[in-house]
Amino acid sequence: MKFIIAIIKPFKLDEVREALSGLGVAGMTVSEVKGFGRQKGQTEIYRGAEYTTNMLPKVKIEIAASDDLAPRIIEMIQQTASTEAIGDGKIFVLDLASATRIRTGETGDTAL
Amino acid sequence: MIRKMIGGVVGASVALGAASTAFAQAAMVQAPTVEQQATMVNKGDTTWMLISSVLVLMMSIPGLALFYGGLVRTKNMLSVLMQVFMIVSIAGLLWATYGYSLAFTGGSPFIGGFGKVLMAGVTSGTYAATFSNNVYIPELTYFVFQMTFAMITPALFIGAFAERVKFTPLMIFVVLWSTFVYYPIAHMVWYWAGPDFLAGQPGDWGYLYGKGALDFAGGTVVHINAGIAGLVGCILLGKRLGYGKEATPPHSLTMTMIGASLLWVGWFGFNAGSNLESNGVTAVAFVNTMLATCAAAVSWAVIEQVVHKKPSMLGAATGAVAGLVAVTPASGLGAPMTSIVLGLVVSPICFFFVSTVKSKFKYDDTLDVFGVHCIGGIVGALGTAIVASPALGGQGVFDYTVFPAAFDASTYNITNQLMIQIQAVLITLVWSGLGTAIIWFVLDKTLGMRISEEGEREGLDIADHGERAYNY
Repeated sequence: MKFIIAIIKPFKLDEVREALSGLGVAGMTVSEVKGFGRQKGQTEIYRGAEYTTNMLPKVKIEIAASDDLAPRIIEMIQQTASTEAIGDGKIFVLDLASATRIRTGETGDTAL
Repeated sequence: MIRKMIGGVVGASVALGAASTAFAQAAMVQAPTVEQQATMVNKGDTTWMLISSVLVLMMSIPGLALFYGGLVRTKNMLSVLMQVFMIVSIAGLLWATYGYSLAFTGGSPFIGGFGKVLMAGVTSGTYAATFSNNVYIPELTYFVFQMTFAMITPALFIGAFAERVKFTPLMIFVVLWSTFVYYPIAHMVWYWAGPDFLAGQPGDWGYLYGKGALDFAGGTVVHINAGIAGLVGCILLGKRLGYGKEATPPHSLTMTMIGASLLWVGWFGFNAGSNLESNGVTAVAFVNTMLATCAAAVSWAVIEQVVHKKPSMLGAATGAVAGLVAVTPASGLGAPMTSIVLGLVVSPICFFFVSTVKSKFKYDDTLDVFGVHCIGGIVGALGTAIVASPALGGQGVFDYTVFPAAFDASTYNITNQLMIQIQAVLITLVWSGLGTAIIWFVLDKTLGMRISEEGEREGLDIADHGERAYNY
């Protein structure tokens, strides 16, 4: 099993979610996050006081997937979340040791 | 034929107007008794003045409270709302206790007497003078209208102390400041015997009124007064923790926009209401207020477009408030076109103070009370000398030392008036600046004006009031 973490632009969330549903992804966790990478921050000016915000708002998607589905998910996120501009985000993949469905106690792929 | 008929009608109405003026002059009563004053009250004036009082209250709550509240960080939102709300309440009680008496009874040129303490003798059967001979409004109406000014003035300066001042000492400061600064200044600028009495009681006026200082709705009394108090207080209070290092952006400019808009709406009560009657001059003050504000909002947005390449909502709201401040002393004295000029001029000056001067001198006037209210007030007070000139379409000045009041446009001299305005500005700056410094120093040594470092980091909402503005 793989654990996929994708950081994407917030406005791309719906598009990515729909595309992944089409692949048969049954669930995901989404959070609003802030961070920085190569994309520069914004400058805000309030009555002449300048603030440079280094942290930009992004959306983090977390998906647990079976080994055979994971490559297709990664490819799909890469394609749908891309605007070919700086700040599109990144996808990280980790090996997942176990998964348990709390209601039934099922484990492994069946718990996903 | 039609032309002739119209001419005939106009001619008749002019003759009628002249006849009624002559009749009115013949019937004019000098120093009317209370019974006579009772017949000189107009329901329209009374209604307008009560509505104006409500409008000015709305400027403080929620207008000013939201305008300021939106500009602080989330953790300090309630402290600002609560400070404004309590100041309004305390200033109201104080006004009924002795404030009205000290500000608006005769006595010395610098402060009134104790004759109307606890509202003694102020009833539904007593009347207050307006700016017209033989026109009165119920004294309670005047009492409550002026009360709303005594409420908003101390609420203005809390913007300079925001995010670090301790609540209870601040409330005590407001009581002492109202007593030793606001009431004397209001008395000096606005107290006089009234148009039917001044001729018979020469010299029965406040010091600055007697000098001929013009302040239609409170440029010196309200804005310069509160603005300099804000500056002196914020310097004595010291900078916020992390000032200049940590980002302290406004938590909700939406609320700031709502607050600024409520201020704009309420300001018609403030300025047009200051005519004390509902007549043509009231409409002049109304229109002047509208146009100066539009001009100042546009002019601030244009400066930001030039300097920062992006005109901001906060800038537009700040510009509008600066325009309202500047037109305040001039509202019933200037003309629509000169009010536009006043509005266009005030924004660049205030912009310079809030962006350049503040960062150069490094005083932490959190919400720019000095830069907008004191500086805008000074621009307005000095500008009043110019825009009031009848040569520029202004209203000029009535001579109330004779009965009935006389008007001679040719006697108005801009330079002379400017000298008087400068004196009024300086006296207000010195009186309020020194008064604030002394009261602040004493309270700081005894009670401490500043919240603990821990409380400041946690936020005043929790530290001073034990609640949060937003529980998601």
